[in-house]
Amino acid sequence: MTTAAPSTPIDTPIGTPMGRPMGQSTIVVTDASFDAEVIKSDKPVLVDYWAEWCGPCRMVAPILEEIATEHADKLRIVKLNVDENPQAAAMAGVTSIPTLAVYQNGELVKTIIGAKPKQSLLADLADYL
Amino acid sequence: MSEVRDVIIIGSGPAGFTAAVYAARANLQPLMFEGSVTSGGALMNTTDVENYPGFAEGIMGPELMQQMRAQALRFGAEIVSDDVVSVDLTGQLKQVTVGSGATHEARAVILSMGSAYRELGVPSEKRLSGHGVSWCATCDGFFFRGKNIAVVGGGDSAMEEATFLTKFANTVTVIHRRDGLRASKIMADRALSNDKIRFEWNSEVVELQGEDKVSGVRLRDTVTGAERDLDVEGVFVAIGHDPRSELVKGQVDLDDAGYVVVQGRTTMTNLAGVFAAGDLVDHTYRQAVTAAGTGCAAALDAERYLAAQHETDKPGHTLAEASA
Repeated sequence: MTTAAPSTPIDTPIGTPMGRPMGQSTIVVTDASFDAEVIKSDKPVLVDYWAEWCGPCRMVAPILEEIATEHADKLRIVKLNVDENPQAAAMAGVTSIPTLAVYQNGELVKTIIGAKPKQSLLADLADYL
Repeated sequence: MSEVRDVIIIGSGPAGFTAAVYAARANLQPLMFEGSVTSGGALMNTTDVENYPGFAEGIMGPELMQQMRAQALRFGAEIVSDDVVSVDLTGQLKQVTVGSGATHEARAVILSMGSAYRELGVPSEKRLSGHGVSWCATCDGFFFRGKNIAVVGGGDSAMEEATFLTKFANTVTVIHRRDGLRASKIMADRALSNDKIRFEWNSEVVELQGEDKVSGVRLRDTVTGAERDLDVEGVFVAIGHDPRSELVKGQVDLDDAGYVVVQGRTTMTNLAGVFAAGDLVDHTYRQAVTAAGTGCAAALDAERYLAAQHETDKPGHTLAEASA
């Protein structure tokens, strides 16, 4: 139903996200810092591949923040904006967001696709928590 | 257990939010479980909504849902971002248990869980989901810049996605099992006149090809049965929706397709005090505005039900009078 071509991939108005407000505590990773922050991390890292225009990404963000806080000793959770960091997203073969990818000792060990409720995510991530 | 509520609303699309607005304005202090990752429902994954009355220039789906949510909050609805995991709706007091483990009670429940997208049901679909197979053009179209992709389906959703995806893709091939579109005329014409959109008529997807990511689809001609391959790197599925009624199965009467059965023109289910609205009920129209309409009806039905309950609960009132 879209007519005019927007300047950004989709010009969905970004206001307060539905549901809970998006927190600021999660660490942001870029193409430049990916190697140091993710590949060379001594702890497992979950990378949240997301973008502003993606509704489900905004829904799952606060859940990831909760998990990050509750399991800070075991798992680092970081966000990577695919719009601003196409290299890392392409390297990881991301074609759908949100994609939640867990890296351990520099290797991709788990991929979760789509926004899921907290209990489902905790079950999916059980090996790393 | 928390205090007994008048109304609990399960689901947060146009039906749920409209029910919340009406119930809140009737001073029923509704408690809504909007879902932990599904708040706003199906319209959250759409772009321009051009046919919702009152928005002459159209409105973005997510913006419309935020407005509805804000409107419900304004009148005092309580909205909780959690998923309902089980219900017991058979008794006088309805019990609703959510993902956090808490159980809530209410005298009436409005069901508005909407619908979930339908899968193709072909081999490799699960494996390739998120690796070229997508159900959300607005989320994933970005990753197919300059690629050749396909949209499966012939309705309004399929035409919207196909048209939207031409912003990114080199070509978009619409795969439809009939020889004409089900979509509304305006949406169909828009897609048919788009140079980047091609059509594979009388075709169904029988196989998704590719190991780590989609490399193509195998199509079968629905008339001749002949099979052929189409090279595409992305497949967007828009072949319809099924009601999300699993939660209430075995308690609330469903029809063969899984839709909640309501009585006549009302929103009443087979269970007293349980009402249903929106896509969960609607075989036929499945529009934001019809969902909103039945959401309103559900709140009014619930309000009347609660008023009648209140009457029968009055001291000195006998059962005979109540049934007279």
